[in-house]
Amino acid sequence: MSVTTPTTEAKGRVFTAPEAVYPPRKPRGPATNFVLTHPNIVIGGVLLLILLAIAVCAPLLTPVDPTAIAPAKRNRAPSAEYWFGTDQVGRDLYARVLYGTRISLLVGFSVAVIASLIGLAIGLFSGFSRFADSIVMRIMDGLMSIPPILLAIAMMAFSGASVKNVITAIAVAEVPRVARLVRGVVLSLREQPYVDAAIASGTRTPMIIWRHILPNTMAPMTVQATYICASAMIVEAILSFIGAGTPPTIPSWGNIMAEGRAVWEVKPYIVLIPAVFLSVTVLAVNLLGDGLRDWLDPRGAKGH
Amino acid sequence: MLAYILRRILATIPVMAVVALIVFSLIYLDPSDPAAANAGDQATSEDIARIREAMGLNLPFHIRFGTWAWGILHGDLGNSILTKLPVAGMIAQRIEPTLSLMVLTLILAIVIAVPMGVIAAWKRGTWIDSALMGLAVVGFSAPVFVVGYVLIYLFALRWDLLPVQGYTPFARGIWPWLENLILPSLALGFIYIALIARITRATMLEVLNQDYIRTAHAKGVGRRDILFLHALKNAAVPIVTVIGIGIALLIGGAVVTESVFAIPGLGRLTLDSILRRDYPVIQGVVLLFSFVYVLVNLLIDLIYTVLDPRIRY
Repeated sequence: MSVTTPTTEAKGRVFTAPEAVYPPRKPRGPATNFVLTHPNIVIGGVLLLILLAIAVCAPLLTPVDPTAIAPAKRNRAPSAEYWFGTDQVGRDLYARVLYGTRISLLVGFSVAVIASLIGLAIGLFSGFSRFADSIVMRIMDGLMSIPPILLAIAMMAFSGASVKNVITAIAVAEVPRVARLVRGVVLSLREQPYVDAAIASGTRTPMIIWRHILPNTMAPMTVQATYICASAMIVEAILSFIGAGTPPTIPSWGNIMAEGRAVWEVKPYIVLIPAVFLSVTVLAVNLLGDGLRDWLDPRGAKGH
Repeated sequence: MLAYILRRILATIPVMAVVALIVFSLIYLDPSDPAAANAGDQATSEDIARIREAMGLNLPFHIRFGTWAWGILHGDLGNSILTKLPVAGMIAQRIEPTLSLMVLTLILAIVIAVPMGVIAAWKRGTWIDSALMGLAVVGFSAPVFVVGYVLIYLFALRWDLLPVQGYTPFARGIWPWLENLILPSLALGFIYIALIARITRATMLEVLNQDYIRTAHAKGVGRRDILFLHALKNAAVPIVTVIGIGIALLIGGAVVTESVFAIPGLGRLTLDSILRRDYPVIQGVVLLFSFVYVLVNLLIDLIYTVLDPRIRY
């Protein structure tokens, strides 16, 4: 549901006086109107663009190599020279946190795209083939019965630490959720008279998918993809934090936090700074998702 | 009714079989050769071949899976590679802390989140609603270990109210047990609270819009009774569904929470096993958690009929 857009939900409630339910609308320009009625999309989108800029421009924002070890300069507190201080082996935390943005966004976006595409393919296949449906959906049910983080942890334990494996492990856990969504759309659309008509008039299945199914799956899938992206970023951090994710040689927020654990009681900022970055990133994606959902589907402003 | 319950119970069997298949297949993800690892550094290629034969690695997939699954049906989860002890026994030893943590989190989350969602729905559009739902969004965005560290910092280090880490068995008294579990439960419950509060608010909004609520108002029923008796009862089904689905979050989060708070439960067992690549233990834990998850959701499906007598199968 929306957090800051009461307009989409304030339809005829019992407790509120009518004038509060239907606020008078002032005519506004289309652009201002969008910003005001969809603050979640704008705030989330702008935050995400800034983070994307940080990820892309990391080498411009700091000349320091985030993996460069400097034993003489270890355990420095934050200062003008080292904005976020240095860690136990003298690596610059400011540089590490900036470069960590890359891993988080890379994992989030990759998992969202890969899980969406594979889920879409499986969902379409399953929705159009009665025979495949029963088998494929049993497999999806089984996959969904393993708690996602646990499945990712187990897959990482067996396959070893690498960014590629992290992306695969998280994506596998998300695929069944997309597949279910797409299959649901396909099954409900197949009942629609205009799809019936298309089938009756001999339209080939790929054409039906292209013309009727895909346009109707795009909105829910986009929303789903943002949530997958947000959850993938958190899971990546968790995996790295417990030592089963991104290899320790690559600066990622989870890794920085894992390394900061030992000195947590004296230097909480080593854990807290990447934690704030991670939370803000995930928050931005979640806001964008909430906003997109309210925008693309104003009827179902409830979510889960 | 009885037929429905039976059908529903039977339907979990293929799901559990697929879970077992997936968990078993995990070993094929490992690029290294278990026979070579077992044989040690000095082994010749003949030694490795002999060990591979002895370990049954040359057998076809369905035979290996069948043997493994047959053992599981008899309560045999295999032996730990490291300690050589039965995995089932190792899990049994570690189950109390995890179970305590999860049950306490579940109770805490429901007690906090449901009133939160009800109040947000009642005060919808006001700053109270925005604040509560804003908190819920933050709950979705903060990873469990971050919440854990912040709680430790505030309540244990700064204010010295609760112990930093560790676990005291239930047998040593309720308070020592509870004292150690409060912070971990709060940390673990944070995202769960966000989830339940959101669905409670959304469902309550829908229910509060219905005619019988207006009727209750008109005949002078008190506000609290309307919210918690008339409305909440009818909003129960989606809320309970989400509580069931959210168990998955609890299970995943428990592994991390136990690591942050040094609780010697199943999560710690999993993490230790990952570092030592003790595959049978990891498989056993994943299998157990998944079965628990499936069973909890089966139970919830059955509870529906009690919660909402309109549901008939």
